[in-house]
Amino acid sequence: MAMEVTDAQLVERCRAGETAAWNELVERFSRYVYGIALRAFRLPEHDAEDVFQDVFARTYERLDSLRDDSAIRPWIAQLTRNACIDHLRSGGREELIAEPLEGEADAAIEKLDEALAVHEGLRALSADCREILDRFFARDESYRAIGEVLGLPAGTIASRISRCLGKLRHELEGRNQDPGASGGW
Amino acid sequence: MSPTPPDRFEEERLGELLALLPPAPSGWTRAAQELPAARRELDEIVERARADADFRLRLVADLEQALASGGYVPRVELLAAVRAYLRDPQ
Repeated sequence: MAMEVTDAQLVERCRAGETAAWNELVERFSRYVYGIALRAFRLPEHDAEDVFQDVFARTYERLDSLRDDSAIRPWIAQLTRNACIDHLRSGGREELIAEPLEGEADAAIEKLDEALAVHEGLRALSADCREILDRFFARDESYRAIGEVLGLPAGTIASRISRCLGKLRHELEGRNQDPGASGGW
Repeated sequence: MSPTPPDRFEEERLGELLALLPPAPSGWTRAAQELPAARRELDEIVERARADADFRLRLVADLEQALASGGYVPRVELLAAVRAYLRDPQ
Protein backbone atom coordinates (compact mmCIF):
# COMPACT_ATOMS: atom_id res chain seq x y z
CA MET A 1 0.00 0.00 0.00
CA ALA A 2 1.34 3.46 -0.88
CA MET A 3 2.27 5.64 2.07
CA GLU A 4 -0.43 8.17 2.79
CA VAL A 5 0.50 11.74 1.95
CA THR A 6 -0.89 14.13 4.54
CA ASP A 7 -2.76 17.26 3.58
CA ALA A 8 0.12 19.38 4.87
CA GLN A 9 2.68 17.48 2.77
CA LEU A 10 0.45 17.85 -0.26
CA VAL A 11 0.13 21.60 0.22
CA GLU A 12 3.88 21.96 0.62
CA ARG A 13 4.47 20.06 -2.62
CA CYS A 14 1.85 22.17 -4.42
CA ARG A 15 3.67 25.31 -3.31
CA ALA A 16 6.86 23.86 -4.75
CA GLY A 17 5.06 23.66 -8.11
CA GLU A 18 4.67 19.88 -8.35
CA THR A 19 2.02 19.14 -10.95
CA ALA A 20 1.28 15.68 -9.52
CA ALA A 21 0.66 17.19 -6.09
CA TRP A 22 -1.79 19.73 -7.49
CA ASN A 23 -3.60 16.96 -9.35
CA GLU A 24 -3.84 14.97 -6.12
CA LEU A 25 -5.05 17.98 -4.16
CA VAL A 26 -7.85 18.60 -6.67
CA GLU A 27 -8.73 14.90 -6.64
CA ARG A 28 -8.74 14.80 -2.83
CA PHE A 29 -11.09 17.76 -2.39
CA SER A 30 -13.15 17.71 -5.59
CA ARG A 31 -16.01 15.68 -4.07
CA TYR A 32 -16.04 17.90 -1.01
CA VAL A 33 -16.30 21.16 -2.98
CA TYR A 34 -18.90 19.59 -5.27
CA GLY A 35 -20.86 18.35 -2.24
CA ILE A 36 -20.88 21.73 -0.54
CA ALA A 37 -22.11 23.50 -3.67
CA LEU A 38 -24.74 20.89 -4.48
CA ARG A 39 -25.91 19.60 -1.11
CA ALA A 40 -25.21 22.40 1.36
CA PHE A 41 -26.18 25.32 -0.91
CA ARG A 42 -28.33 23.36 -3.39
CA LEU A 43 -26.90 25.15 -6.39
CA PRO A 44 -28.01 23.93 -9.80
CA GLU A 45 -25.34 21.97 -11.66
CA HIS A 46 -24.20 24.81 -13.95
CA ASP A 47 -23.82 27.22 -11.01
CA ALA A 48 -22.02 24.53 -9.03
CA GLU A 49 -19.53 24.19 -11.89
CA ASP A 50 -18.74 27.93 -11.76
CA VAL A 51 -18.23 27.71 -8.01
CA PHE A 52 -16.10 24.58 -8.35
CA GLN A 53 -13.71 26.20 -10.83
CA ASP A 54 -13.66 29.43 -8.88
CA VAL A 55 -12.75 27.63 -5.64
CA PHE A 56 -9.84 25.76 -7.17
CA ALA A 57 -8.62 28.92 -8.94
CA ARG A 58 -8.65 30.76 -5.59
CA THR A 59 -6.99 27.81 -3.88
CA TYR A 60 -4.22 27.88 -6.46
CA GLU A 61 -3.77 31.64 -6.28
CA ARG A 62 -3.90 31.94 -2.50
CA LEU A 63 -2.11 28.82 -1.34
CA ASP A 64 0.78 30.96 -0.11
CA SER A 65 -1.56 32.76 2.28
CA LEU A 66 -2.58 29.55 4.08
CA ARG A 67 -1.00 29.82 7.54
CA ASP A 68 -1.37 26.21 8.62
CA ASP A 69 -0.89 23.70 5.83
CA SER A 70 -2.80 21.01 7.71
CA ALA A 71 -5.85 23.31 7.76
CA ILE A 72 -6.38 23.09 4.01
CA ARG A 73 -9.74 21.31 4.41
CA PRO A 74 -11.48 23.97 6.54
CA TRP A 75 -9.84 26.63 4.39
CA ILE A 76 -11.28 25.10 1.22
CA ALA A 77 -14.64 24.72 2.97
CA GLN A 78 -14.62 28.44 3.76
CA LEU A 79 -13.60 29.37 0.22
CA THR A 80 -16.42 27.21 -1.13
CA ARG A 81 -18.95 28.60 1.33
CA ASN A 82 -18.01 32.17 0.38
CA ALA A 83 -18.05 31.38 -3.34
CA CYS A 84 -21.55 29.85 -3.04
CA ILE A 85 -22.85 32.88 -1.15
CA ASP A 86 -21.24 35.27 -3.65
CA HIS A 87 -22.81 33.28 -6.46
CA LEU A 88 -26.26 33.42 -4.91
CA ARG A 89 -25.89 37.16 -4.27
CA SER A 90 -24.71 37.90 -7.80
CA GLY A 91 -27.69 35.96 -9.13
CA GLY A 92 -30.06 38.10 -7.07
CA ARG A 93 -31.03 35.17 -4.86
CA GLU A 94 -30.40 36.82 -1.49
CA GLU A 95 -33.49 35.13 -0.10
CA LEU A 96 -31.64 31.83 -0.32
CA ILE A 97 -28.90 33.03 2.01
CA ALA A 98 -31.09 34.21 4.85
CA GLU A 99 -29.72 33.30 8.26
CA PRO A 100 -31.69 30.09 8.92
CA LEU A 101 -30.70 28.72 5.52
CA GLU A 102 -27.08 29.66 6.08
CA GLY A 103 -27.31 27.71 9.34
CA GLU A 104 -28.69 24.73 7.44
CA ALA A 105 -25.80 24.99 4.99
CA ASP A 106 -23.31 24.99 7.85
CA ALA A 107 -24.94 21.90 9.34
CA ALA A 108 -24.75 20.21 5.94
CA ILE A 109 -21.06 21.14 5.67
CA GLU A 110 -20.42 19.53 9.08
CA LYS A 111 -22.02 16.35 7.78
CA LEU A 112 -19.85 16.53 4.66
CA ASP A 113 -16.80 16.90 6.93
CA GLU A 114 -17.74 13.57 8.50
CA ALA A 115 -18.28 12.07 5.08
CA LEU A 116 -14.88 13.28 3.88
CA ALA A 117 -13.19 11.77 6.93
CA VAL A 118 -14.82 8.42 6.20
CA HIS A 119 -13.99 8.71 2.52
CA GLU A 120 -10.36 9.39 3.40
CA GLY A 121 -10.39 6.20 5.47
CA LEU A 122 -10.90 4.35 2.18
CA ARG A 123 -7.34 5.21 1.21
CA ALA A 124 -6.09 2.66 3.72
CA LEU A 125 -8.10 -0.17 2.13
CA SER A 126 -7.19 -2.35 -0.82
CA ALA A 127 -7.92 -1.03 -4.30
CA ASP A 128 -10.70 -3.64 -4.66
CA CYS A 129 -12.44 -2.53 -1.49
CA ARG A 130 -12.10 1.15 -2.39
CA GLU A 131 -13.57 0.49 -5.80
CA ILE A 132 -16.49 -1.62 -4.65
CA LEU A 133 -17.51 0.72 -1.80
CA ASP A 134 -17.15 3.81 -3.95
CA ARG A 135 -19.15 2.33 -6.80
CA PHE A 136 -21.93 1.08 -4.56
CA PHE A 137 -22.36 4.00 -2.15
CA ALA A 138 -20.95 7.12 -3.82
CA ARG A 139 -21.72 6.28 -7.46
CA ASP A 140 -24.95 4.47 -6.63
CA GLU A 141 -24.21 1.59 -9.03
CA SER A 142 -26.20 -1.64 -8.91
CA TYR A 143 -24.73 -5.04 -7.93
CA ARG A 144 -25.06 -6.05 -11.54
CA ALA A 145 -23.19 -3.00 -12.88
CA ILE A 146 -20.44 -3.43 -10.30
CA GLY A 147 -20.18 -7.12 -11.06
CA GLU A 148 -19.82 -6.43 -14.77
CA VAL A 149 -17.11 -3.80 -14.32
CA LEU A 150 -15.12 -5.79 -11.78
CA GLY A 151 -15.71 -9.17 -13.39
CA LEU A 152 -17.42 -10.61 -10.31
CA PRO A 153 -20.68 -12.57 -10.00
CA ALA A 154 -23.43 -10.13 -8.96
CA GLY A 155 -24.41 -12.55 -6.18
CA THR A 156 -21.09 -12.02 -4.40
CA ILE A 157 -21.19 -8.21 -4.39
CA ALA A 158 -23.31 -7.84 -1.25
CA SER A 159 -21.00 -9.99 0.83
CA ARG A 160 -17.93 -8.17 -0.50
CA ILE A 161 -19.50 -4.81 0.34
CA SER A 162 -20.17 -6.06 3.84
CA ARG A 163 -16.60 -7.33 4.26
CA CYS A 164 -15.12 -4.08 2.92
CA LEU A 165 -17.34 -2.00 5.19
CA GLY A 166 -16.08 -4.09 8.09
CA LYS A 167 -12.50 -3.32 7.06
CA LEU A 168 -13.30 0.37 6.76
CA ARG A 169 -14.87 0.32 10.20
CA HIS A 170 -11.82 -1.43 11.60
CA GLU A 171 -9.55 1.15 9.95
CA LEU A 172 -11.53 4.09 11.34
CA GLU A 173 -11.67 2.54 14.82
CA GLY A 174 -7.93 2.02 14.60
CA ARG A 175 -7.50 5.69 14.02
CA ASN A 176 -9.52 6.09 17.23
CA GLN A 177 -11.11 9.19 15.90
CA ASP A 178 -14.66 10.33 15.45
CA PRO A 179 -15.41 10.56 11.73
CA GLY A 180 -16.61 14.08 12.55
CA ALA A 181 -13.17 15.16 13.71
CA SER A 182 -11.60 14.98 10.30
CA GLY A 183 -8.61 17.28 10.69
CA GLY A 184 -5.22 15.77 9.97
CA TRP A 185 -6.43 12.54 8.32
CA MET B 1 -32.47 4.10 31.31
CA SER B 2 -30.90 6.25 28.59
CA PRO B 3 -30.94 4.88 25.05
CA THR B 4 -27.72 3.47 23.63
CA PRO B 5 -25.92 6.20 21.66
CA PRO B 6 -25.54 5.50 17.95
CA ASP B 7 -22.31 3.76 17.04
CA ARG B 8 -20.31 6.34 15.10
CA PHE B 9 -18.57 3.65 13.07
CA GLU B 10 -21.69 1.56 12.53
CA GLU B 11 -21.50 0.15 9.02
CA GLU B 12 -24.85 1.42 7.81
CA ARG B 13 -23.84 4.91 8.88
CA LEU B 14 -20.50 4.60 7.09
CA GLY B 15 -22.39 3.70 3.92
CA GLU B 16 -24.66 6.72 4.30
CA LEU B 17 -21.68 9.02 4.75
CA LEU B 18 -19.90 7.57 1.72
CA ALA B 19 -23.05 8.22 -0.31
CA LEU B 20 -22.84 11.93 0.52
CA LEU B 21 -19.73 12.37 -1.60
CA PRO B 22 -20.30 11.30 -5.19
CA PRO B 23 -17.48 12.18 -7.56
CA ALA B 24 -17.57 15.57 -9.24
CA PRO B 25 -17.97 15.36 -13.03
CA SER B 26 -14.62 14.27 -14.44
CA GLY B 27 -14.48 17.24 -16.84
CA TRP B 28 -14.68 19.68 -13.93
CA THR B 29 -11.91 17.91 -12.06
CA ARG B 30 -9.71 17.77 -15.15
CA ALA B 31 -10.22 21.49 -15.84
CA ALA B 32 -9.22 22.33 -12.25
CA GLN B 33 -6.17 20.08 -12.53
CA GLU B 34 -5.12 21.84 -15.72
CA LEU B 35 -5.31 25.24 -14.06
CA PRO B 36 -1.56 25.66 -13.38
CA ALA B 37 -0.67 24.78 -16.98
CA ALA B 38 -3.42 27.10 -18.25
CA ARG B 39 -2.07 29.93 -16.07
CA ARG B 40 1.45 29.37 -17.40
CA GLU B 41 0.12 29.42 -20.95
CA LEU B 42 -1.77 32.65 -20.33
CA ASP B 43 1.29 34.26 -18.72
CA GLU B 44 3.31 33.32 -21.79
CA ILE B 45 0.72 34.81 -24.16
CA VAL B 46 0.50 38.01 -22.13
CA GLU B 47 4.27 38.30 -22.04
CA ARG B 48 4.44 37.78 -25.77
CA ALA B 49 1.66 40.32 -26.42
CA ARG B 50 3.56 42.90 -24.39
CA ALA B 51 6.82 42.27 -26.17
CA ASP B 52 5.46 41.82 -29.70
CA ALA B 53 3.13 44.58 -30.95
CA ASP B 54 2.35 42.66 -34.11
CA PHE B 55 1.19 39.60 -32.14
CA ARG B 56 -0.93 41.85 -29.96
CA LEU B 57 -2.59 43.42 -33.02
CA ARG B 58 -3.33 39.96 -34.39
CA LEU B 59 -4.88 38.95 -31.07
CA VAL B 60 -7.17 41.97 -31.18
CA ALA B 61 -8.09 41.42 -34.84
CA ASP B 62 -8.83 37.69 -34.66
CA LEU B 63 -8.12 36.11 -31.32
CA GLU B 64 -8.82 32.50 -32.21
CA GLN B 65 -6.78 32.59 -35.40
CA ALA B 66 -3.90 34.46 -33.74
CA LEU B 67 -3.69 31.91 -30.95
CA ALA B 68 -3.92 28.96 -33.31
CA SER B 69 -1.20 30.34 -35.58
CA GLY B 70 0.88 31.11 -32.49
CA GLY B 71 0.87 27.44 -31.56
CA TYR B 72 -1.84 27.54 -28.89
CA VAL B 73 -5.00 25.48 -28.73
CA PRO B 74 -7.77 28.12 -28.63
CA ARG B 75 -9.82 26.48 -25.87
CA VAL B 76 -12.88 28.33 -24.57
CA GLU B 77 -11.24 29.08 -21.19
CA LEU B 78 -8.06 30.37 -22.84
CA LEU B 79 -10.03 32.60 -25.22
CA ALA B 80 -11.96 34.05 -22.30
CA ALA B 81 -8.81 34.67 -20.29
CA VAL B 82 -6.98 36.38 -23.17
CA ARG B 83 -10.07 38.46 -23.96
CA ALA B 84 -10.15 39.57 -20.33
CA TYR B 85 -6.49 40.54 -20.54
CA LEU B 86 -7.03 42.49 -23.77
CA ARG B 87 -9.94 44.36 -22.19
CA ASP B 88 -7.88 45.25 -19.14
CA PRO B 89 -4.15 44.77 -19.75
CA GLN B 90 -3.33 45.90 -16.16
